[in-house]
Amino acid sequence: MSLELREIHKHFGPVRANDGITLTVETGTLHGLLGENGAGKSTLMKVLSGFHSADSGEIVLDGKQIKLASPHDAIAAGIGMLHQDPLVFLPFSVIDNFVLGSPGAWRLDRRAAEIELNELCERYGFNFDAHTPVRLLTVGERQQLEIVRLLWLGARVLILDEPTTGISADQRSKLFATLKALAAEGMSVIFVSHKLEEVADLCQRVTVMTRGKVVGEAELPTPPERLVEMMFGQVIEIQDRSDVGLGVSHLELDSIQTASGLLSEEPISLDVKSGEVIGIAGMEGSGQDTFLRLCCGMRAPMKGTVAITGDDLTGKHYREFLNANVKYLPAGRLEEGLIEGLTITEHFVLTGQDTSFIIDWGAARKRAKELIDDYGIKGTENSTAESLSGGNQQRLLLAMLSEDLKVLLMEHPTRGLDIESADWVWEQLLARRQEGTAIVFASADLDELLRYSDRILVFFSGRIIGELDAAATNVDEIGLLIGGRSLGAEAAASS
Amino acid sequence: MSGFFTAFLEMFDTATISSIVAGASALMFATMGETISEKAGVINLSVDGSMMLAALAGFVIAFETDVVWLGFPAAAAVGMAVALLIAFSNIKLGLNQIAVGFVLFALSTELSRFLGNSYVGRPPVGVPAWDIPGLSSIPFFGPVLFDHNLVVYLSYLTVIATYLLMYRTRKGLEMQGIGERPEAAHARGIPVNKLRYFYTALGGALIGIGGAAFSLDVKLGWSDRPTRNLGWIVLAIVIFGGWHPLRAAIGVLLFGALQAFAINLIPEFPSLSQVLPSIPFPAMILALVVVNWKALLKWLDRYPFLRAILRSDPPTAIGTAFEVD
Repeated sequence: MSLELREIHKHFGPVRANDGITLTVETGTLHGLLGENGAGKSTLMKVLSGFHSADSGEIVLDGKQIKLASPHDAIAAGIGMLHQDPLVFLPFSVIDNFVLGSPGAWRLDRRAAEIELNELCERYGFNFDAHTPVRLLTVGERQQLEIVRLLWLGARVLILDEPTTGISADQRSKLFATLKALAAEGMSVIFVSHKLEEVADLCQRVTVMTRGKVVGEAELPTPPERLVEMMFGQVIEIQDRSDVGLGVSHLELDSIQTASGLLSEEPISLDVKSGEVIGIAGMEGSGQDTFLRLCCGMRAPMKGTVAITGDDLTGKHYREFLNANVKYLPAGRLEEGLIEGLTITEHFVLTGQDTSFIIDWGAARKRAKELIDDYGIKGTENSTAESLSGGNQQRLLLAMLSEDLKVLLMEHPTRGLDIESADWVWEQLLARRQEGTAIVFASADLDELLRYSDRILVFFSGRIIGELDAAATNVDEIGLLIGGRSLGAEAAASS
Repeated sequence: MSGFFTAFLEMFDTATISSIVAGASALMFATMGETISEKAGVINLSVDGSMMLAALAGFVIAFETDVVWLGFPAAAAVGMAVALLIAFSNIKLGLNQIAVGFVLFALSTELSRFLGNSYVGRPPVGVPAWDIPGLSSIPFFGPVLFDHNLVVYLSYLTVIATYLLMYRTRKGLEMQGIGERPEAAHARGIPVNKLRYFYTALGGALIGIGGAAFSLDVKLGWSDRPTRNLGWIVLAIVIFGGWHPLRAAIGVLLFGALQAFAINLIPEFPSLSQVLPSIPFPAMILALVVVNWKALLKWLDRYPFLRAILRSDPPTAIGTAFEVD
């Protein structure tokens, strides 16, 4: 189905999320929609799927203008959207999720639906037990379920909003294969992403958006520099990091063990020196989060000791770790890092050093303004944490760190950020390292791990399966370890 | 101790069980109503008051017209009206469901005292007994289940219908969807707020019918605040029932059994006669502690079947407003 969007406008309060977007998607193509976070891609797609209604503009499907007052109209017109966080019902079973919202008789015939679900799954190589609660499915599987559901409802235009966030590499290649097959069958697929490589890998045509406007279109393949230029107006150079001399031990773990079920029985020891960067690799849930929580004192080990700059803080309260200048930035920026509903100023007041009983709001706002400028946060001192985009939330978190940091523990420092923000985050982190901070970060991005770490620890089912020198390893080796195999074992298996 | 046993043994009397079933009808209707409303995402905290006002409306209409059945639609209308106020103030005005519900509880309670003042002590109007021919002569089950009246039989049907609606129909699944994750329901083309109005109204009507069942069947006539505290028990039973109609129905019967037990104890322990009738309330709290006890539930994870029976996870979006741009 050929699809045309003409002059779509949509604003939220004073923010013009879509400012006159015109876009054409041809039948049977994989069309990329590329842009940094907050460029208005998701808003545009939510308009196209009827989730939001546009302020003005036209949507033309196969030469006919259609009106989308609700998602119901969009589904009826054959437009289906897979949202960034798949909009599934977690406690409900797979089959209930599948049929919920589908047209049909009053009586729910789950058995008939199950047969159709299984047929579709077989066709696309997916595999579900219809009676499992969706809560137990991985994000990738939830996406697969949503895709077959949309196909079942007769979608001819399929929109995927940042579908590769939070899924494994395996699931990603499976997803890409499925999308290619669908396009070959005549489906129009719109692939929304801020990741250049993915769009370049997958799509035949790309539209680039910046600040609510279309800034360029291209047939693929095209040199990536051109796309970066469209997105940012310039080509970003990746700078080599300068070497930093290692100093005293800032974080010492001596054969720590936890209660069973969290990490494996094997004791873990680690010594991180001042100015050192340790990357943590591994599949989601292989014990990285427990490990980081042990390092920052949010969890006490059952056996072993945790020392910060020579002081044994084992079993001490999290506050003592904070006082020792250990800081932990978790993956859930809004859930654990920031407080929803509080403004930027209030965040700085909460984490600041000022201990006076009465808050000097004038001074606090002034300080907030300075930090907003220094850290390039897109927002005002009165913006609430949740109103900021992911990149700006990360900037705020970094702005809240104290000056003299000994140990910085981070989960996914650049997850969900566009290239510009990600580079900026690492600029800040490397500056900290220059000042002598020891950094330990977990990431799913292998390039990031290789580029910034000194040493890389690979976690596999609750234990460290490998400790690698970042300068002497490569993506393949880490990839195998993440999957629980070592290079040696691989060689032995193939011989 | 022997008095305790005597009272306990009396619980297994066919007559006692039969009276528990008969007396449960009011709570049964109201509990199903509240379960439906909460499952769709709207918590109707006014139950204790709206049930009371509906009980009055039911009695007054039945008394004035001398047609007992007319009391039920009148009570349903009152319950529905209060419920719609909560839905409207939440959906259209963005007000907090809990706050509005509590104010409406207080308001309807006081309104029932004021409006009902002149009806206190008036001769009662009651639903005529009707034993189902054939079924009522089955040993044990006959007298326990089928020797009552139409209101009691309708309360059984309401439980079964609520269960079937929720778990066996497309509409019921959609209803669960709007209470669980409204944005996901919206994305599937389900009119979230329209359905929330509908199910809150339906739930309110059932709460109202529960009120009428009380004043026209369980405890006939009108006195000062006759249904007091029952509404709060309904709210507790919905949680105890894990938002599942059949489990909630068991909760209603358990509560009735506790009440009967407490009353049986009075002749054995006359000195405690003031305290005993309130035993079911702390017992209810204890039951709530059990179904929400994290350590216990964790232990139960090893026994999926038991866990499924005892779990009590609220609809995720309960109490929140849903708005689309």
